[in-house]
Amino acid sequence: MSELVLDTQLEAISPRQLAWIRFKRHRLAMVSGCFLIFIYLVAAFCEFVTPYGTEMRNVQAINAPPMSIHFVDIDGSFHLRPFVYGYDMHINDDTWMREYTENPDKRYPIYFLARGESYELWDLIESDFHLFTTRDGYVHLFGTDRLGRDVFSRVFYGARVSLSIGIVGVLLTLFFGVLIGGLAGYLGGLVDRAVQRVIEVLQSMPTLPLWMALSAALPVYWSPIAVYFGITIILSLFGWPALARQVRGRFLALREEDFVISARLLGAGKMRIIFKHMLPSFTSHVIATATLAVPGMILGETALSFLGIGLRPPVVSWGVLMQQAQNYQVIVMTPWLMIPGLFVVLTVMAFNLLGDGLRDAVDPYSTGGQN
Amino acid sequence: MRGYVIKRLIGMVPTLMLISVIVFVVIQLPPGDIVTSTLDRLQAQGVEISAEQVQNLRAQYKLDKPMVLQYLYWIGNFVTGDMGYSYLYSRPVNELVWERLGYTLLISISALLFTWAIAVPAGMFSAVRQYSVGDYVLTTVMLVGLATPSFLLALLAMYAGYEWFGISIGGLFSPEYRDAPWSLARVGDFLSHLWIPMIVVGLGGTASTMRILRANLLDELNKPYVVTARAKGVPPIKLLIKYPLRIAINPFISTIGLLLPVLISGEAIVSIVLNLPTTGPALIQAIVNQDMYLAGSFLMLLAILTVVGMLLSDLLLAWADPRIRYE
Amino acid sequence: MSDNVLEIRNLAVEFKTDTGISKALRDVSFDVPRGKVTAVVGESGSGKSVTANCIMRIIQPPGKIISGEIMFSPIRTDPYDIVSLVNKDPRLVDLRGDLISMVFQEPMTALSPVYTVGNQVAEAILCHRDVTEREAWNEAADMLMQVGIDDVPRRIHQYPFEFSGGMRQRVVIAMALVCHPEILICDEPTTALDVTVQAEILTLIRDLQRELNNSVLFITHDLGVVAQLADQVVVMYQGRVLEIGTVRQVLKDPVHPYSQGLLASIPGLASKGQRLETIASVVGDADLLTSYPLTRLKDGRQVSLAPDLLREFEDE
Repeated sequence: MSELVLDTQLEAISPRQLAWIRFKRHRLAMVSGCFLIFIYLVAAFCEFVTPYGTEMRNVQAINAPPMSIHFVDIDGSFHLRPFVYGYDMHINDDTWMREYTENPDKRYPIYFLARGESYELWDLIESDFHLFTTRDGYVHLFGTDRLGRDVFSRVFYGARVSLSIGIVGVLLTLFFGVLIGGLAGYLGGLVDRAVQRVIEVLQSMPTLPLWMALSAALPVYWSPIAVYFGITIILSLFGWPALARQVRGRFLALREEDFVISARLLGAGKMRIIFKHMLPSFTSHVIATATLAVPGMILGETALSFLGIGLRPPVVSWGVLMQQAQNYQVIVMTPWLMIPGLFVVLTVMAFNLLGDGLRDAVDPYSTGGQN
Repeated sequence: MRGYVIKRLIGMVPTLMLISVIVFVVIQLPPGDIVTSTLDRLQAQGVEISAEQVQNLRAQYKLDKPMVLQYLYWIGNFVTGDMGYSYLYSRPVNELVWERLGYTLLISISALLFTWAIAVPAGMFSAVRQYSVGDYVLTTVMLVGLATPSFLLALLAMYAGYEWFGISIGGLFSPEYRDAPWSLARVGDFLSHLWIPMIVVGLGGTASTMRILRANLLDELNKPYVVTARAKGVPPIKLLIKYPLRIAINPFISTIGLLLPVLISGEAIVSIVLNLPTTGPALIQAIVNQDMYLAGSFLMLLAILTVVGMLLSDLLLAWADPRIRYE
Repeated sequence: MSDNVLEIRNLAVEFKTDTGISKALRDVSFDVPRGKVTAVVGESGSGKSVTANCIMRIIQPPGKIISGEIMFSPIRTDPYDIVSLVNKDPRLVDLRGDLISMVFQEPMTALSPVYTVGNQVAEAILCHRDVTEREAWNEAADMLMQVGIDDVPRRIHQYPFEFSGGMRQRVVIAMALVCHPEILICDEPTTALDVTVQAEILTLIRDLQRELNNSVLFITHDLGVVAQLADQVVVMYQGRVLEIGTVRQVLKDPVHPYSQGLLASIPGLASKGQRLETIASVVGDADLLTSYPLTRLKDGRQVSLAPDLLREFEDE
């Protein structure tokens, strides 16, 4: 039923190019990929992107709502330089709660690439340049928390921790998964059966209670950085079985392929066969699977920190930030404290979409069913 | 079939043994043990304890024995139904776990049923009307559902309940029924509280389940046996249910086993947020306070629950798919 | 009543794909005479199966019938055009499985693995006749016996995976014939089978056709099968009909260069040691790409030929 093609001159395309062509067709996956690159960049340079550090406290603004950016002032005149209004605080007579309104007399213009709080980028480069800040007063685009800290700044500092846990955790998972799954698939026999059983056991255990138990085991006196790696290792401890199972399945199939058999007949060593011949042929699948594993890591960190047994202040992560939103009063009174949650949802969605796109691109026949 | 059941039952034994080892190691990991924490507590109260008394205490808890013996002692008692003593509650663990475990089971199973009730029709619709507006809407809702942490969902549910229905959600009973004996009215009150955790716990699983069913159905829709049945004159709705859905549901059944750990995990965190009297909040209390018998028992029982759930789903699959039954 | 149970006229089918519109059928016209075996031959992609799916009206999106008609003249009811039926037309239900039924290429996957063969054969009856479950199963058992399944009382309760490929194809044939359709469409029913089993299935189809006296539309690319089975042959290529004639006419003395090429490319004993002819080497591409109307020659066959070639034949 196809058209008859005369002068069939098919261009030679490598599998990688083919995958890229297929991937480009997934518009949502492309958008997600761009979003992720953007947010990772912002997280990497958060000292520069945000106007304040994590511990800066504006005592004039406790639990203050987000400020809006204006171009036109109260008199109706237009300013090219955007500005915010400062808060007026008063106590509500009925509820005894602090309430904030904009004060048109306190007009704070926003300056870009301006000097502000000094910081050390990556603990290396000293600077006081910020993407934007004000000269007088403060700018709180996402409002402030109960200690008067800037939510906008904290969200992006938190992004650095939460996003990097996702990546580091997946790299660890990947290392264990590929190593154990690959060995089981290649060696077969007793090793394979033992690994299979361990995988089965680990997959049949409810992860969150185990995570809880393990992270509670991290000593209280550990430094934040040690806790960070501890949590990451705990998260990947239960992530590798799924990946190992998949790698094992692929290895079993690949082991029977002609090019592997011929490599063996040519006398190539086991390690050489695994790393030189078998690994490259499913790297792309592993990448797609790894992408789909990142959300689990991020959600795990968020959940543990939310419960107070994951990362602990003064470390700032999205989960730690969400700890402030323990009850529904927060949603009613200070909904802007939920903004970190919005970032979690967006990031996880982006990773899921990107992973789906990658999987479809490298393996158009898999539909994501089963397995 | 009987041979298959027996084979699977025997296969459970080493799995459970391995799990018990893992649980034992996990609960041993935190620094200190029950004696040191007791000592800390007593010292804080100003009670002085002699080294001899410490020795006696250690012997009483078998802490002076090697790890392997401690493990055997623990698991031996566990198997005979003695789960040890919770110093946090000053009561035997046996008296503490069952009611909480019962609620956990109830919430998890109702969440599973909810998941199915939503995911199956939604997945069917999405597959049959692939790339329609409805498909996109459903897929989007599911994507958001998949990406939302369950504690956030629980918070939003509390907010919605408070704002729209004027009720405070949380707990499994209204105050007047909390300590009342079981009666028809209490059951009714329980059910009226059950649906919120059911939806919140079930929603995350619904998303993944729907995705799996949709993908499986799309795989099956154009298989030759479906075309054959169509050519035979089977009417469309019956065709869809009897042929592709019936096959697509098989790998789906086997996902119940994988869904169960997810549901129990979700249940734990949702219960903490919604303050439900289930295993989740008690487990975290036990863990934070190093009440190792209680924590270990909870972990072990939850793991047994999922292993049994997996066994049931495998048996269900064997019953549903003659190819496995006859192997 | 017409001598032809099916009269296909100017049938055109298109598939919308990512890369554009693919014309699966361009202008297909041929008749299926009543009580005879008509073979449709052609290589992969020539539109044989698409034609069959049109007759059953089971063309799936993105495929679509663009134009043409398929006049169906059953003995049991008044004649009607299959193409013009709307999806909800009750006649469509009678058409599929009752008046016309189909045997597919893949016996291994044509049956659902989770139902017993009895269930799937009896279902065909239950879909079309107002009978009890028991009666349907009895009829199914009779039919299974007729297609040569041994030990039916036991086998009828077994699942498809307990049958061999050949046996499974017998079940599929039983399923197709159990409602005594007026037309049986066989879409390469033996391609996926062993050679010995192929012969058995072909014999079965031929014997059953003689016994039941129905019309058979047999789709194949195997000219050996055509010679064995068919009364009339339709040669298709690239969604077009090139030649229609009796078996003797087409196989012994083909007129169209493509038919000649098709015959020349059969590996035979005589050509042992020689390079096989490919169709392209026999026929110029240009001849195949242009569409000419079917013209009836003096001996009754129809061909689609360029006018100058046609004149040569007429002059002979």
